[in-house]
Amino acid sequence: MTATAIDGNAKGGVAGRVRQRDYSMLGEDARRAIERGLASAHWYHSDIPRKTMKDLMKRTDGPAIRDTLIWLGSMAVLAVLAAWLWPSWWAALPLFCYGVLYGSASDSRWHECGHGSAFRTRWMNDAVYQIASFMIVRNPVEWRWSHTRHHTDTIIVGRDPEIVFMKPIELFRIFLNFFGILDALSGWAKMIRYTFGSIDPEVMDYVPEMERGRMLRVARIWTAIYVATIAVSLWTGSILPLMLIGLPRLYGAWHHVLTGLMQHGGLADDVTDHRLNSRTVYLNPVSRFIYCNMNYHVEHHMFPMVPYHALPRLHALIKDDLPAPNTSFADAYREMWPAIKRQLRNEEYFLLRELPPTAKPYQADFHMLEMRVSAA
Amino acid sequence: MANWVEACSAESIEEEDLIRFDHGDRTFAIYRSPDSEYFATDGLCTHEQVHLEEGLVMDDVIECPKHNGRFNYKTGKALGAPVCVNLQTYPVKIEGGTIFVDVG
Repeated sequence: MTATAIDGNAKGGVAGRVRQRDYSMLGEDARRAIERGLASAHWYHSDIPRKTMKDLMKRTDGPAIRDTLIWLGSMAVLAVLAAWLWPSWWAALPLFCYGVLYGSASDSRWHECGHGSAFRTRWMNDAVYQIASFMIVRNPVEWRWSHTRHHTDTIIVGRDPEIVFMKPIELFRIFLNFFGILDALSGWAKMIRYTFGSIDPEVMDYVPEMERGRMLRVARIWTAIYVATIAVSLWTGSILPLMLIGLPRLYGAWHHVLTGLMQHGGLADDVTDHRLNSRTVYLNPVSRFIYCNMNYHVEHHMFPMVPYHALPRLHALIKDDLPAPNTSFADAYREMWPAIKRQLRNEEYFLLRELPPTAKPYQADFHMLEMRVSAA
Repeated sequence: MANWVEACSAESIEEEDLIRFDHGDRTFAIYRSPDSEYFATDGLCTHEQVHLEEGLVMDDVIECPKHNGRFNYKTGKALGAPVCVNLQTYPVKIEGGTIFVDVG
């Protein structure tokens, strides 16, 4: 993978930004993004003939039914095994695997079914979406809208509510999320607030009024499930019920954080070409199963209607128009980690990923011309 | 009062697909259902004004290419988040293999 390092210009960085980024959906950068035409902008897409695209977008139930049966079936077997071995330390092994399926595989199922592209049959999408949302502790109504915005305004400061590497980067917070600590606690705190009918003003910015009742109703159902689980734990005098419901969101979160950080880490913000702000990485088959092929992340953002099982085909079709993918976890982190460290000192720094000669060039849009290019 | 406008040939749309049709400063989407019936709606998704021309037609549903918002293209009905506002539909007729849309 070849990339060039870019520093913001001496006059104040990207687009003349002279102050700290404001990631609030109601703040200064939100207003500036609209002014600069970065909100709901036109994004670059690789050329694909309509007939081919239709074939790629085609919905089918088969792959997702197979993968869901493997996912939930494995969880059931591992849960029984863990319960059988409990309280011996041998239970740690099935719980480790169960945790990844609960706390990480749920993230990608939530994502795919949120797009409605995993299954052809609508109720199957909706059912898996609800189950996965519960496991990953993301209110299914609120997060559908938040993720919609992430796709409209990907890594646009003040518009995208799902930016992980907010600057100044707080590495300790990201580290804590390998154990789900901040995200899950935030999800549970929101669940309790919603249970009592309280909604943040920022959430109201992207969740329409007509959807809010449903958002509160789901939170109340979840609260009831957790109360029941805690009650069973207290009644049996064992933490095992919570090790199977709730806590796996913490001890099994590491895989989805490991993969999630690669999606946009170290790359540009405030651009309108997914080749500049997203990363495709080749991964092993187990991680691809857990992650539902979201390692093809540039492709997913460019064409979000293509189901996860068709992403490898899409990648093969457009790879000559994209930066070369990273070849493994290690390769991606070797590229990303030094960039993140440098962003700790210079918030305007990012990696400009080199395009192959066959690709259409990046547009000199918005701020690119203001940048000073230095050797990596 | 009806304002029928010639749009395209019926054969130019594949089964279970759509094409874009622009007329003046307005844009439409014309659909051919799996039963080879024809329908027309506004071209832009009511959610974020993305054109539906790159979307996916499945049975009687058009799915927006940006956020997977779904509409029944026969009635214009929005079928759930993130689309909340129905699509405007327009009458369609076919004469001599040509599609006409009543753009109103």
